[in-house]
Amino acid sequence: MRYDKRWSAAAVAATALVLSACSGGGEDGDVTLTYATWSDDQKPAMEAIAEAFEADHPDIDVEVQVLPWPEYWSTLQVGAAGRTAPDAFWMLADQFPAYAEGGQLLDIAGAVEEAGVDLSAYPESVMDLYDSGDALYGLPKDFDTNGIWFNKALFDAAGVAYPDDTWTWEDTRTAAQELTDADAGVWGIAAPIDRQGGYYNSIYQAGGQVIGDDGKAAIDSPEAVSGIEFWTNMQADGSSPTLQQLSDTEAVQMFMDGKIAMYFSGSFWAQRLYGDEAFRANVGVAPLPTGQQRASMISGILNAGYAGTEHPEELAEFLIFASGEEAAKIQGESGAVLPAYEGTQQTWLDSMPEFDLQVFVDAVEYSVPLPISGNAAEWTGLEGEYLTPAWNGEQSAADAAAAYNAAIDEVLAE
Amino acid sequence: MTAPSARPPARRRRAGGLGPSPLWGYAMIAPAFIGLAALYLWPFAKTFGKSFMDTPAFGPGTWTGLDNYTELLGDGDFWQAFGNSAIYTAILLLGVPIATVLAALIQQIGRGRAVYRVLYFLPVVTLPVAVSMVWRFIYNGDFGLLNWALSLVGIPGQYWVADDAYAIYAIGAVGIWMSLGVNLIILGAGLQSIPPELYEASSMDGAGRVRQFFSITLPLLSPSVFLVTVLTVISALQMFDLVFVMLRSVDNTALDGSKTIVYLFYEKAFVQFDQGYGAAIAVVLLLVIMLATVFQFRVQRRWVFYD
Repeated sequence: MRYDKRWSAAAVAATALVLSACSGGGEDGDVTLTYATWSDDQKPAMEAIAEAFEADHPDIDVEVQVLPWPEYWSTLQVGAAGRTAPDAFWMLADQFPAYAEGGQLLDIAGAVEEAGVDLSAYPESVMDLYDSGDALYGLPKDFDTNGIWFNKALFDAAGVAYPDDTWTWEDTRTAAQELTDADAGVWGIAAPIDRQGGYYNSIYQAGGQVIGDDGKAAIDSPEAVSGIEFWTNMQADGSSPTLQQLSDTEAVQMFMDGKIAMYFSGSFWAQRLYGDEAFRANVGVAPLPTGQQRASMISGILNAGYAGTEHPEELAEFLIFASGEEAAKIQGESGAVLPAYEGTQQTWLDSMPEFDLQVFVDAVEYSVPLPISGNAAEWTGLEGEYLTPAWNGEQSAADAAAAYNAAIDEVLAE
Repeated sequence: MTAPSARPPARRRRAGGLGPSPLWGYAMIAPAFIGLAALYLWPFAKTFGKSFMDTPAFGPGTWTGLDNYTELLGDGDFWQAFGNSAIYTAILLLGVPIATVLAALIQQIGRGRAVYRVLYFLPVVTLPVAVSMVWRFIYNGDFGLLNWALSLVGIPGQYWVADDAYAIYAIGAVGIWMSLGVNLIILGAGLQSIPPELYEASSMDGAGRVRQFFSITLPLLSPSVFLVTVLTVISALQMFDLVFVMLRSVDNTALDGSKTIVYLFYEKAFVQFDQGYGAAIAVVLLLVIMLATVFQFRVQRRWVFYD
């Protein structure tokens, strides 16, 4: 029986631990605004921005909350429905339509006009992502474009010239084959089914579209199919780890472990790659290769506000500040992300001088807004089901694209 | 109010202090009941209502009758998720005999019994997310501990949590390991209530350890085994976190083949903003759990021994 008492004590202690993990925050100023984010990496920068805002507005207290990514969207959704959502929060383009159309976002068009904010200071393609006609549901905080992250040491070892701005698709495929060394467990490239960093880029480089101008899926066009084949060919060549291997170990991790020579992805990895001091010197950056034309997906986080907030005026002020020039500089200096405000990108470039990050800023010129249409969360969620057979070589890219195209149209028709 | 002097003092105080009114009873359970109503009954009523609606991402839904349910019955994803949950539940049921034998073995240990119990209980008080991350590493197809261990005995490795032929079984093994701790506590308590004289008497009659296990331990422990079985089925049908964390990304090649019912619910209600459909899944899951539990209570008469 002695043991049983200990058991119950242990159980009680465990319960107490769980309960104590849920704690609330206090109120210091007259008005408290909560600001929800999902990135621990960016927490220091966000807190610095909150402090800078509080210095100008002593009566407003901004509380930065970091929610883990897996819970972020469900927490926000439940919070909005239950009238307990944070006042300010980060918004992504694929989630945006549901919130905007559902009337959950604070329209700050009036406040922005009053404050004289120059909207042309933000990249046009990012503004397009969040276009809502006359309403304005927030301002871009940052943006990300794509490039080739490559491992100089693996290129040197294989005697392959580094990628540069003259690279074509063929150069990529040939280099990937030359860099692959199966015995050493090294692959030339990572070819996952990756929308933002991967096949959407090549679809637009080939002159195709994901969603056509008529609002219907266009992923079965010959151009789009060749954009998909860019990736499936490299899978077929054995130049990339298989999808299963990439499920087990993320591509970025494999890149940092020196297992893959090229990783096509976003500017948002810069801080993590730079943070690994031993690895830093091996990292190079180059623009994505040219297909029929240059193209890179662009996306960006929006600083948005909750329509049900108790302090709409203060919130609008904060949102304008958090996406403004001063906040952009704070973000850029931290190295966390590429700030959206024009003219502040240099701070980000300067924060990591060893990386040729100008590539990502230059990519804005030929950037394409991430395709979003209808219930994007639903149809993008089907991509693995329909495209995996093409990546595994069980089905041609054309057949897989045709099947996926029909599935997207079905969702869009709902 | 005075009570007869023959009554014990404690009894008199209680009767005198609160009076005989039944309202006191309701008043005393009110805090618990209000909590229960607010946290369980009200959300359940809302969910039940929503399951008959077509809901936009935000705002009130429109009444669509049984549409969600008829769609559900024709939805291949639902049946696959249902099948995955059934497989997972079956795997976890294998954990019940394992826990029973282990509990009996631990009971035999004189010194150091607490050490074993702590070891088995640790996974219960560890965050499922942390557990899942460690197992992801163990199961990793290229660098994982499991494949390394298998390679030592010449068995080819697999992509345990990236291949949908294995993922649900790999996750089930973790589920068994995680549930052992609680099961051992329940069964351990059951074992303590078996009178030691029975073992003494039977060993004088020449019964060995194995015979004792089947003839004394098992029948007298059967109410605890029954309880563990019922709880296992309920929690296994509700499993979400292990799939969510171990298969982590939506790009995982094994995810489509390993989604459980609750994962599908999460995906519909919180990723695709279709709360009405999600609510219908939740109601069906409740019905399934109720049926499974009722069935077990029916069958228990045949095998559970109450002295």
